[in-house]
Amino acid sequence: MKPKNQRLVLIVLALAAVGGAVLLAMSAMRDQAAFFYAPADVARRGQPPGDRAVRIGGMVKPGSLRRHPDGVTIDFLVGDETVHTIRVRYTGITPDLFRENSGVVAEGRFQPNGLFIASEILAKHDENYMPPQAAGERHKSETLR
Amino acid sequence: MIAEAGLAALWLAASLSLLQLFLGAAALRPGGEALLRIVRPVAVAQGLLAGLAFLMLIWLFLRTDLSVQLVAANSHSMKPWLYKFAGAWGNHEGSMLLWVTVLAVAGGFVALLERRLPQKTLIATLAAQATIGLGFYAFLLFASNPFTRLFPVPAEGNGLNPLLQDPGLAFHPPTLYFGYVGISVAFSFAVGALITRDVGPAFARAMRPWVLGAWIFLTLGITAGSYWAYYELGWGGWWFWDPVENASLMPWLAATALLHSVTVLATRDGLRAWTIMLAVVAFSMSMIGTFLVRSGILTSVHAFAVDPRRGAFILVLLLLYIGGALALYGLRVGTVKEGSKFDFLSREGALVANNLLITVILGVVFVGTTYPLITEALGTKISVGPPYFNAAAGPVALILVAIMGAGPLLRWRRDDLSKLAGRIAIPALLGGAILLALVLLAPGLRVLPLLGLTLAIAVGVASVAPLWGRNLRRTPLFTWGMVIAHLGVAVALAGMASESAFTKETLVAARPGQAVRVGPYTVRFDGVDPIAGPNWTAIEATLTAWRGEGGARFEMRPQARMFSSPPTPTSEAAIQTMLDGQLYIAIGEADEQGRWQLRLWWKPFVTLIWLGGALVAFGGLLSLIGRLRRERKIRPESADELQEALA
Repeated sequence: MKPKNQRLVLIVLALAAVGGAVLLAMSAMRDQAAFFYAPADVARRGQPPGDRAVRIGGMVKPGSLRRHPDGVTIDFLVGDETVHTIRVRYTGITPDLFRENSGVVAEGRFQPNGLFIASEILAKHDENYMPPQAAGERHKSETLR
Repeated sequence: MIAEAGLAALWLAASLSLLQLFLGAAALRPGGEALLRIVRPVAVAQGLLAGLAFLMLIWLFLRTDLSVQLVAANSHSMKPWLYKFAGAWGNHEGSMLLWVTVLAVAGGFVALLERRLPQKTLIATLAAQATIGLGFYAFLLFASNPFTRLFPVPAEGNGLNPLLQDPGLAFHPPTLYFGYVGISVAFSFAVGALITRDVGPAFARAMRPWVLGAWIFLTLGITAGSYWAYYELGWGGWWFWDPVENASLMPWLAATALLHSVTVLATRDGLRAWTIMLAVVAFSMSMIGTFLVRSGILTSVHAFAVDPRRGAFILVLLLLYIGGALALYGLRVGTVKEGSKFDFLSREGALVANNLLITVILGVVFVGTTYPLITEALGTKISVGPPYFNAAAGPVALILVAIMGAGPLLRWRRDDLSKLAGRIAIPALLGGAILLALVLLAPGLRVLPLLGLTLAIAVGVASVAPLWGRNLRRTPLFTWGMVIAHLGVAVALAGMASESAFTKETLVAARPGQAVRVGPYTVRFDGVDPIAGPNWTAIEATLTAWRGEGGARFEMRPQARMFSSPPTPTSEAAIQTMLDGQLYIAIGEADEQGRWQLRLWWKPFVTLIWLGGALVAFGGLLSLIGRLRRERKIRPESADELQEALA
């Protein structure tokens, strides 16, 4: 093989690697990406199937936080600017800044009865940090002021 | 006056970088040779001035000069001095000043020390370096001035984000910046070589220490960041596939590929155009990393500023630099001659496979990191997390590790399959035995951890195989470096697979006196006490742990801290390191019945992850020292000296 041909082969291989990466990424994305739902989205579009991990987000409704007798499981309602809410159950230690009337994002799956079983809870990291999805429109207006 | 002096130094440094660019461009024109000698001192002076500006900022933070807006917004007089010092870059403006300072100082070092490159290529390199610097000076001076005064002067500062109040802050950001900026130096070399049409082994040997140095710092920075997140966030995880983590991983991947291809160019004069392309990609990735982290497009503990104008500014810089680099590449790549050829079954072939697989992983990480940002801009919010990255990048990474085990056992130019089979027989058989043993003894392991453990052991053995039968005293230092770095990858992989396969977790609400089990340990919850630190108060739990039935007892004390300024709760996990793993305990809230939430993990061999990372960096360091020493010994006359001698 001449050096010139070898260069051609290398270019083809490099392009194939990039193309392969994009194909691989796209197929994995179809299976693994979690879509985000606000309570109003669930009300409007219906509940996503229970075999798919999704994220939900909004504000923890004041007065809705309830602890189970085991001491490590909690139930709470997540609401948004509409009247809709999602009931969430989580077993674990909540993030430091998780509290009522504060922004929250939860990742997990919906049960057929509408209960959302969260596998992970994300809350504000610090004073300045809020998951953008939790803050929604309110956040946008704040950042653009 | 300190702030004004800092600002003046910054303006001067910016002007010098403009001068450096013009002088460099003029020196490269026919008849401009007289200017060649001025460019070097200008670059050195620019580095000194930027360093001075940065020292001024540190001084302001150490004095807690609240008349400076940045200090008032991010510091506090009661903060421990280490965080006053490191807090200088624990904010947007300060960290950008650190970025540009490292860039300018690196440029000064290139001007001062680089003797291998032909003079013209060096000047073109310095001009490219000045061009990169200019954009960031403009960004600092026009959109992120760290020295802005504040009036009226507040009585007290706002304090530093408590999550950042950790010794890690003094170490993690500077190392990553050294890495990012080192890559930009390598990129400037590539631009210089493209401009003077001088792409060849000499150029590769000049660029390699910078790639190697940048890569060592990136490796250290990522490893340190991973451990910091692991012990500070209290979630027990060591890598979250968070976009800011990916922002540092992508330049590292590109630098790893570049490091291997530049070796082919330096040793065998192959992969010329490809190496230049990788330098462009690596630089683009470090620019994209800076953009992702600093623009405020991602909200995380790393993004200090949420100011859309700044984001737009960095985005424009990013597009200009990457576009310019690609355009120059497109224009000049035709003038790069083909390198020497090689068989596909050869050391070069394995390095090409390394580069291609790293490209695939880089592509997967890039798509996973940027796609959600794009869809969000278009109105659909999706989150791409560990399931995606593990499924898409994991298998490719395992193939890459397997090739890493075999590659160093191949000869340059051409090799024989049957001979290779003889060389890898022992590690391969060992791997087969381990796989069989794991399937039989630990059924139910998932595929990735299973293959990960198998490969880690087989490749760990294969990676030291290049030393077999050699006189170890006479083995060059850079060979030792390669062996240790590859061994480090295997060690880290073993830690990752073990952590993922064998971690035991217990979550309870416990009363004082109650004992719980996690893995081989029994842990008794003794109670909680209030304690106080310099700028925080905390609830501290006391736990007594022992292994098996009658093991030695030791105490562990996780805390739930409340920082006073800004008022922020944080969780300080208690971690006990054993030879075969770590016991990790975090404390949550108390309930009405007086029970405390405790989360306990037993993580077998998790420490190997960071030990492996440190080994990789140490191997890189040995390589760097080895290369520099070798070159000092047999330094070829540089092209310029030859020319002068002829004339």
